[in-house]
Amino acid sequence: MLAIIDYGAGNLFSVANALKFLEIPYTITNESQTIDAADGVILPGVGAFPEAMQMLAHQQLIAPLKKAAAEKPFLGICLGMQMLFDFGYEFTKTAGLGLLSGEVRQIEAKGQKIPHMGWNSITITQDCPLTYGLHDGDFVYYVHSYGAYTPKDNIAITSDYGGTVTGLVFHDNLYGTQFHPEKSGAVGLKILQNFGGLVR
Amino acid sequence: MLAKRIIPCLDVRDGKVVKGVNFVGIKEVGDPVDYAILYDKQGADEIVFLDITASHEGRSTMVDVVRRTAEKVFVPLTVGGGIRSIDDFRTLLRCGADKVAVNSAAVKNPQLLKEAADIFGSQCVVLAIDGRRMDDGSYHVYINGGRIDTGIDVLWWAQEAERLGCGEILLTSMNADGTKEGYDLAMTEAVCQQVSIPVIASGGCGSLKDFVDVFNQTSADAALVASLFHFGQLTVNDVKDYLRQNHIAVRSV
Repeated sequence: MLAIIDYGAGNLFSVANALKFLEIPYTITNESQTIDAADGVILPGVGAFPEAMQMLAHQQLIAPLKKAAAEKPFLGICLGMQMLFDFGYEFTKTAGLGLLSGEVRQIEAKGQKIPHMGWNSITITQDCPLTYGLHDGDFVYYVHSYGAYTPKDNIAITSDYGGTVTGLVFHDNLYGTQFHPEKSGAVGLKILQNFGGLVR
Repeated sequence: MLAKRIIPCLDVRDGKVVKGVNFVGIKEVGDPVDYAILYDKQGADEIVFLDITASHEGRSTMVDVVRRTAEKVFVPLTVGGGIRSIDDFRTLLRCGADKVAVNSAAVKNPQLLKEAADIFGSQCVVLAIDGRRMDDGSYHVYINGGRIDTGIDVLWWAQEAERLGCGEILLTSMNADGTKEGYDLAMTEAVCQQVSIPVIASGGCGSLKDFVDVFNQTSADAALVASLFHFGQLTVNDVKDYLRQNHIAVRSV
């Protein structure tokens, strides 16, 4: 059973729909016991970094999420991925969950529009369990203005958008996608299926 | 590289896809969910549902259409038509819409854009503008399905919407709409120059060349298509193949 974290932000219904379609069992929760009992965790998110961290703190989710991240497959999506890092600089410097080294800053997007919105091609910079079946040049759906800056070792997918955008990060059992796999058609479903495969 | 988007638009009335024929009759052409699945398979980058239902019962039917589509189609879904309040946004987002397009209500109450962006994020707030070229060369915003000239300047309104937090502009040219003679390149580019958020060109496409023109001659991020696809004259694939031959980046499936 996968636990999708419901902390009051984000489009967790789309994530749930995709898991249902893939026949991956899930539950939507904000309770630490349920997170403890789950075989894996998905942390979705749309919105702003400081508010989202505040909501996690307010619902006493930070400790259970850190515990889960140390023990089982854990996938952050979009803002959920950004919060895995040490710090975010959206509006003001805010501490993240500190599970991955790096920080979240506005993307460069030289000569491009911000937000970075739409289907962007990917480059697989390093194989990891979630990139199985993916190819360079596949397209995924992004909607964001901020991006993760982290050592190369943690990065498996990048996209070019007036500079390099971090697409997918991983470290041990931790994963994060800046793009929305639940909205990225067959390519996105493949990534979620790969993640589901780690859990079952 | 970022792909240019091809977005089929489905007009939905009482839960059925409808299409006006030569501005006179309205013809039911089928179940919106089936169309959305078909277009998704053909490589549509996003699906737009435009609710043209007037009645209250019809609106709950729309919610059901969105919910059923979101269970089977995993590309962004945008819903517009008759959106009036934050509650309308919430209802549609909770049943699986990714973006909500608002038109007349935003003109009457611009704060709706700001409130929606503050609560749900800019990424899901789309401003639909119906613009018409006036004799003096300016463009006016029309509302209530193109029936009322507000006298508001399209370029000013686009900029104001961006300032209020709107994340994208769906720009329909009333001059071009229904002509099948091509997108309104001048108005589209004028709006693109005015804002830094993505602009979706809408109205007027009738041939493959129209798509190349709108992407080569304007900075539009996406092109909306309705009737060309419904009657099977062209598929999303046809359009994308042609764009690819013309060196315009599109997503392949």
